[in-house]
Amino acid sequence: MNIKIVTKPFDPWQEIQQFQKTFSDMNGKFGATSVFVGTMRDFNDGDDIKGMTLEYYPGMTEKQLGQIITEAMKKWSVLNVLVVHRVGNVFPDDAIVLVSVWSSHRGDAFDTSRYIMEALKSKAPFWKKELLVSDEKRWVRNNTDGYKN
Amino acid sequence: MSIKVRYFASLKESIGRSEEELVFKQTLSVSDVWKQANKSQSRPDNVLAAVNMEYVGFDTLVNDDDEVAFFPPVTGG
Repeated sequence: MNIKIVTKPFDPWQEIQQFQKTFSDMNGKFGATSVFVGTMRDFNDGDDIKGMTLEYYPGMTEKQLGQIITEAMKKWSVLNVLVVHRVGNVFPDDAIVLVSVWSSHRGDAFDTSRYIMEALKSKAPFWKKELLVSDEKRWVRNNTDGYKN
Repeated sequence: MSIKVRYFASLKESIGRSEEELVFKQTLSVSDVWKQANKSQSRPDNVLAAVNMEYVGFDTLVNDDDEVAFFPPVTGG
């Protein structure tokens, strides 16, 4: 597994390509690659948003993500997992998070990806502070349940 | 015993501190740590706690050199 917390814009597709080059022992073994990319919107809760600052808890964030991925790899048959998450100043259309899973068959890749993403949303210590077009700043209060919306 | 206490995000702003070192003589729970560190401010209902970067309940006892963190619900992803 690889967990990356990055402070600058990242290209999810380059990250995936690079990962596959690095972990070339997967070649010929994976039949499925799932990709989830979370991207910043320019609206939230009825307001126009022009930017966002993402804070995290260095050390604990990586630890929690590691535990989430380890748990997922026990539940499903998975070859490898890549998680990239942005912190710092983020702008609309920037990728915030990438969860990519490699497995022999699609079911394991889809299910693992969803599990990691939902667990990340509820357990990984990241916090978003939005900057509205009106220049008001506000903390996002909580994440919604991904299975309900 | 000596404990490091850290605060994050909106809680850090409302408390006005990001971290502090506290020294206690008696055994304390995480809840006690909050009370000792924030005498004039009650703990918001939605605050989460971690000891040494693992989520814990507020009844958990802390040990010397522990890092105790308080923060609001997480909003990553």
